[in-house]
Amino acid sequence: MSLVGAFAASHAPGITGRPSLPPAVESEPIFRAYEALRNRLEAARPDVLVVVSPEHWANFFLDNMPSFCIGIAEEFLGPTDEKFVNIPRRGIRGHARLARVLAEGIAEEVDLSTSQEMALDHGVMLPLHLLQSELPAIPIIVNCLAGMPAPLHRCHALGVAIRRTVDRWRERVALLGTGGLSHWPAMPESGQIGIDFDRRFLDAFVNGRIESFLRYPKEKLEAEAGPGGHEIRTWITIAGAANGAQGSLLAYQPVPAWSTGCAVAVLPIGETAR
Amino acid sequence: MSLYEVQKLLFHVNREPKVLNRFLGERETLIAEYRLTQEEQCALLETDFRSLYEMGVHSLLLGPLAATLGVSFPDYLAILRGNQT
Repeated sequence: MSLVGAFAASHAPGITGRPSLPPAVESEPIFRAYEALRNRLEAARPDVLVVVSPEHWANFFLDNMPSFCIGIAEEFLGPTDEKFVNIPRRGIRGHARLARVLAEGIAEEVDLSTSQEMALDHGVMLPLHLLQSELPAIPIIVNCLAGMPAPLHRCHALGVAIRRTVDRWRERVALLGTGGLSHWPAMPESGQIGIDFDRRFLDAFVNGRIESFLRYPKEKLEAEAGPGGHEIRTWITIAGAANGAQGSLLAYQPVPAWSTGCAVAVLPIGETAR
Repeated sequence: MSLYEVQKLLFHVNREPKVLNRFLGERETLIAEYRLTQEEQCALLETDFRSLYEMGVHSLLLGPLAATLGVSFPDYLAILRGNQT
């Protein structure tokens, strides 16, 4: 079969951890968009979900920080001891066979590491919780955090490699990128949101023009979208997999109480195309 | 300055329950196992989030620790901003 859906969504811990803190006019569009995303995911009838999520010091430290790491275990556990996400811990079935095939396929174009013991934090667990997904999942962790994150265009190459590999796989595979958009996480500036950056990025994302962001200067990104803005890497990976498809924005809402410019978007692939 | 060591200690505290227990119960002994300056030791002993942040500790090592220690997010931000009451 092949890739049957490409989705992207913010994973601000406040969405589940402090759901009532923002005014409803800000929070409701995000909850509604997640519900719409759940319907899109179900409609795509995937057998397995590949989740591309940023590292948040859950698995890796600066002694050895991979740019990309794929979880090849049969089972995962999450979320980690995060007191601020309010999601019950549970086991998530993996898909070791496809994960190994993906690792080999991706390695043709992008260097990545593999993990047989990957902890899942809110980056994976919050979207799975809101999407009520019971699908087997394959996490791919992207360093958007510290050390030397891969250049943005390499994250695009990761998406291209995922697509090429998945399209040769016999099951139906959906792809979800999580993170961003602009935020200054747990910093004095927390609550500041780069609305202009977010809108420009989303415009490029849903209109198949992500190329304009693949060489975005690091300093400019951090000034306009905060250090959390590095998480656009996961969205860029999704765009790379969608190969220029034009999609739709289900919601964009700056939510200062969640410290994040929150967005949910769909890029049409195959049968999910409208 | 041994920022790397400070961050390593906090990474261990956040991710390993046994280290967290030691951080709560025998902090001085734990801290002595890392190569830290006196200033860094003091900031860790006093859980001085503002000093730790200002010396360059990554905010996503500090925020989760604050939550674990029962410091509310608004209080944590107020501490970082230097305007806690």
